Amino acid sequence: MSQDLAYLKESASQTAGPYVHIGLAPGAAGFDIYRQELGHDITGPNAKGDRIRIEGRVIDGMGAPIKDVLLEVWQANANGHYAHPEGGGEVEDGFRGWGRVISDFDTGEWSFETVKPGKTQGRNVGTQAPHLNFWIVARGINIGLNTRMYFEDEVEANDADPVLNLIEWKHRRTTLIAQRSEEGGMSVYRFDIQLQGENETVFFDV
Amino acid sequence: MTQPGEFYQRKRTVHPTALTPDYKTSVARSPRYSMISLQNSVSEITGPRFGHNDIDTDDNDLLKNYAKADESPIGERIILHGRVLDENARPVPNTLVEIWQANAGGRYRHKKDTYLAPIDPNFGGCGRTLSDENGYFYFRTVKPGAYPWRNMVNNWRPAHIHVSVFGSGFVQRLITQCYFEGDPLIPICPIVQTIPDADAIDQLTAKLDLNATIPLDSIAYKFDIVLRGRRSTLFENRLEGN
Repeated sequence: MSQDLAYLKESASQTAGPYVHIGLAPGAAGFDIYRQELGHDITGPNAKGDRIRIEGRVIDGMGAPIKDVLLEVWQANANGHYAHPEGGGEVEDGFRGWGRVISDFDTGEWSFETVKPGKTQGRNVGTQAPHLNFWIVARGINIGLNTRMYFEDEVEANDADPVLNLIEWKHRRTTLIAQRSEEGGMSVYRFDIQLQGENETVFFDV
Repeated sequence: MTQPGEFYQRKRTVHPTALTPDYKTSVARSPRYSMISLQNSVSEITGPRFGHNDIDTDDNDLLKNYAKADESPIGERIILHGRVLDENARPVPNTLVEIWQANAGGRYRHKKDTYLAPIDPNFGGCGRTLSDENGYFYFRTVKPGAYPWRNMVNNWRPAHIHVSVFGSGFVQRLITQCYFEGDPLIPICPIVQTIPDADAIDQLTAKLDLNATIPLDSIAYKFDIVLRGRRSTLFENRLEGN
């Protein structure tokens, strides 16, 4: 016998289920209860940088879009700072950098507007390419899935990114890179997340 | 260069795996390749913070937050309370805790729920609060009912409250479910049984807490939530990638 380390164990995850909207986006469930729902405004009114839209779908192993998915995003501001005491520096007043996004119940399409994040500090040295952190929950997903979205038009930064470079299979890195188009002068990035199949998105054990 | 401490690696043995065939919906919604293990950078150790401007004081009172004046929902009045802790047994203060649940008849107020049990006009079914400086939180609500769901033909969910918690870093983000001690549906629920560790199921099962009841008013259940802990010691960093 030896001493007990006395750490607690993390509570086990359980699926968010089909009715996650009641708790996290009650308006979508069909009723109005809170003064304000959280996560609609990612940047606040004072954020500098390029306004962009990000859109996509989460696609299941049958090739069908998931229509009851909820995603959360966590990102730095245009200077590469997170709104957090250890986030690398100051952010604009009102910038939270966190958003909560749900898919359309009929099509599975989701989208949100934000500002394009800057490069963030690397784990030890150097920088990480601009990216958004995603966390995905839904009925049938037993534990939230973590992934990252990078930008097609950041070729040089992506090539040097320490996390993309961790992925042994180069073709799988492309599953994390959103494709850019332009609509009415605004950059739109398409990020379809594949849960299974040949093009399964890379998920991270963070 | 010193870095803030990382979070302890997630011990996957207490969590469900992605693919759990007895919970059928997981089959097409579970990634099949191995996850890429990622040591924490600034993107992982940081996370959103919330304050008292984000929510209202009655948001944690489900007996009131959707009820008409002088009315209240049908059902067993309960207090659900506990602490948000980390694996080091330290309180996680000022963190957002959100819950949602069916009403006492097992019906959700959701446009996609068509179960024949009625909607309760005085019950919305969601609440939210911030843990205090000691990690403590509480809600008032009604005990949710069990309900049937389409999986195998005759599956019933045990009474449960969905719980969402943040912590201080985005990698602590957690959604789970709170069950109630003594419920005979717990051991036969395919969703509960996605958890491979019996102690971990017990840890999601709230215990009757007579000391916290309000006599002649509400019965209480205690539900502590444990999030990932964080290293507090400095350590040498190894270069990442390349």
